[in-house]
Amino acid sequence: MMSAREKERQNAARNRRELIAAGFSRRDFVKMGLVTRAGWLVPMRGLSARSLRSDGEEDGQPTSPPTTPFVEELSMMPIKQPVTSPLTPAPTQAPNHTGGEGRTRSHQAFLTSPPQKYYMVEQKEAFVSISPNLDLQRIWGFDGISPGPTYVARYGEPVLVRNVNKLPPKELNGGFGLPSVSTHLHNNHGPSESDGNPCDFFGPFEKLDDPRRGDFYDQHYPNVLAGIYSTHQATQGDINESLSTLWYHDHRVDFTSQNVYKGLAGFYLLFNQFDTGDELTGFHLPSFPNFDIPLLFADKVIDPTSGQIFFDLFNLDGILGDKFLVNGKIQPRFTVSPRRYRFRLLDTGPSRFYQFHLTDPANLSAVNSFWQIANDGNLLPKPVSVSNVRISVAERMDIIIDFSKFAGKSIYLENRLEQTDGRKPNGVLPAGQGNFVLRFDVTGPAVPDNSVDPALITKFYDLPDNTAQPRVTRTFRFERGNGMWQINGQFMDCTSARFRVKQNTVEKWILQNNSGGWQHPIHIHFEEFQMLKRNGVAPPPVERGRKDVARLQFDEQIELFFRFRDFVGRYPMHCHNLVHEDHAMMLLWEIDDTGDLNTRP
Amino acid sequence: MGKISRRASLAIIGAAPLAGALAVRAEEAGDGLSSSREVIRSRYFPNVTLITHEGRTVKFYDDLIKDNIVTINFMYADCGGVCPGITMNLAKVQKALGDRVGRDIFMYSFTLQPEHDTPAVLKAYAEMHGVKPGWSFLTGDPADMELLRRKLGFVDPDPEVDKDKSQHIGNVRYGNEPLQLWAACPGLANPQWIVESIGFVDWPAGRRGGR
Repeated sequence: MMSAREKERQNAARNRRELIAAGFSRRDFVKMGLVTRAGWLVPMRGLSARSLRSDGEEDGQPTSPPTTPFVEELSMMPIKQPVTSPLTPAPTQAPNHTGGEGRTRSHQAFLTSPPQKYYMVEQKEAFVSISPNLDLQRIWGFDGISPGPTYVARYGEPVLVRNVNKLPPKELNGGFGLPSVSTHLHNNHGPSESDGNPCDFFGPFEKLDDPRRGDFYDQHYPNVLAGIYSTHQATQGDINESLSTLWYHDHRVDFTSQNVYKGLAGFYLLFNQFDTGDELTGFHLPSFPNFDIPLLFADKVIDPTSGQIFFDLFNLDGILGDKFLVNGKIQPRFTVSPRRYRFRLLDTGPSRFYQFHLTDPANLSAVNSFWQIANDGNLLPKPVSVSNVRISVAERMDIIIDFSKFAGKSIYLENRLEQTDGRKPNGVLPAGQGNFVLRFDVTGPAVPDNSVDPALITKFYDLPDNTAQPRVTRTFRFERGNGMWQINGQFMDCTSARFRVKQNTVEKWILQNNSGGWQHPIHIHFEEFQMLKRNGVAPPPVERGRKDVARLQFDEQIELFFRFRDFVGRYPMHCHNLVHEDHAMMLLWEIDDTGDLNTRP
Repeated sequence: MGKISRRASLAIIGAAPLAGALAVRAEEAGDGLSSSREVIRSRYFPNVTLITHEGRTVKFYDDLIKDNIVTINFMYADCGGVCPGITMNLAKVQKALGDRVGRDIFMYSFTLQPEHDTPAVLKAYAEMHGVKPGWSFLTGDPADMELLRRKLGFVDPDPEVDKDKSQHIGNVRYGNEPLQLWAACPGLANPQWIVESIGFVDWPAGRRGGR
């Protein structure tokens, strides 16, 4: 067995090879503080991240083969197009079992928000390139690509998406992944049967007597504002509840980490009369798609023996990759013009936390600030100037970077958050010593910039009122006992809901983590929350908005305000570390007419 | 830079411990490692020799895992913490699975205290919990049991916690070896839900016990 010291030296050598391949000189290494006194590059840093289990090397994951970063241009996901001829069989309000549908419940809003556009998407296997240095990778993707196509939706324009499960049979999964799927539209304000509940999986390989056995599943997205059928009927919903950056991903219970790691994720953008996608109108945010760029982050390991993406099947705590993919490519570069761009950052995990900074290797002491305009895809009350963004799995952070001050230069999106096991991040690394995940080459042509300077924006939306008295305050403790992830001492179970929320009421939920050993990004489906307090005090400005993921950090207590309206049915709450969620750190709750008053469900 | 061939990439990372070991095995096995099933076997399933509570000598991969749907958990007879609850839960799971246990579904409980848990001790434990055929309690050489525990991921990342047997991992792995489907659930979950979960990795309809 190799000693820790040998291993460290080996990592350093590998890092050095990759840094040289990336075009850095030895002088750059010294400047960036990457050389130890012994002359080796600092281990566990540089362009790759190492993931080691603390219990030794033998059980550790393999190390990916070297790849040359910043060679390939950033990929842009295609915009999903509606079908041009009617779907066959035609979509129905009730599940169409005889026609091959695996849905189990009727559409709640089919008549009130009839679909105006119809899409068909196929989950299928494909072989794709993630780096010019690697073999084609066997992935599962929506329409055979990963990330999947980007949906561009508009408020007031309901759509129906027909998911067709064309994944290969179980035994042809290539080593991991279950060809049984439930596509969750993350943060959608929509009915339960179209939510992509983890228990609503379907596919042609379900049991013969299971109603979920089917080839397709129709998901109806009303694209309506919260309050449309309740508190804000007159205005067609509350404009202050507008959503912008959503994403969709597989949510198959117990197998989400495998299926998402295999590629089943993509963006769903929602525009309205203010966030228009056109910088000449509305809030004048950079125009989509040329200057409004979704960025999907995923970290993976490539098994050097098979040359294929490696998934650690028997990990219970969290999986870290040593290669960073942005929009499906390892460490791409992006040629930008010297103007403002909006980026929609999404961390798809499975388990990694990031803290992104803009790094100019020629000037490491500079703080390159940018604007954060949204958290979890919801515009903040107004832009916040930041030096970095912290993002955990499933969170989205929309930022605006003005590249005019970097004209002619290359700068990097650098993850400075060190993380060496799947349960939690460690500390923040000095500038230049983190992971460079994406290079911006500000060498594009000078083009007009009609977007507004975020410094001049005084307001996007008001925060919805959060002073109403909660009907009930519920407390949830997220913990681990004997290796088992749990919420209030209990575990995921698709067969029952743990508590019932009365429709059209307000509740306060308290999330607790009493450990210094792990952090959990907690996601609640359907209704967004406002974070009232983080550890007894007001949260930082970038969290004073509407969110759907609460980053529950060491020894923290978070208080959330909810208002439940418009739809009924079952939804989950879960940790979005995909490995924790697959190991039962999840519960189902239900919205109905009566609700219960269980304070510690 | 052109595409690195598989051979070249092996050369570049040849010194990495795990990859190196696998590379050697790849040479020996010829094309064997091209199969993802074989990759999983070589990474996670050491073919160690074990003894069942009924005194049978078995090989972990050849006799227990290969070609089967299985559940795997770790326990010890003297465990007064989570083990009794988990074992009682699994007894309900066995009952619900009926005659498939022993036919194409096998349940395995591995001791964390092989020094103490002889086949006779495990037999008494199994009888106390009403264990039926198809569910085996296994012991063996302490080093082999430890290797198995690590390979199967029943390890706490904190070495201090990991040493404390009372805090041992209480999850139950379930999987289908030939179909390469593996997942896990807490041993204290609702047993009916554990049964449904095992169904996720069942054979396709019409094959063996698959419905």
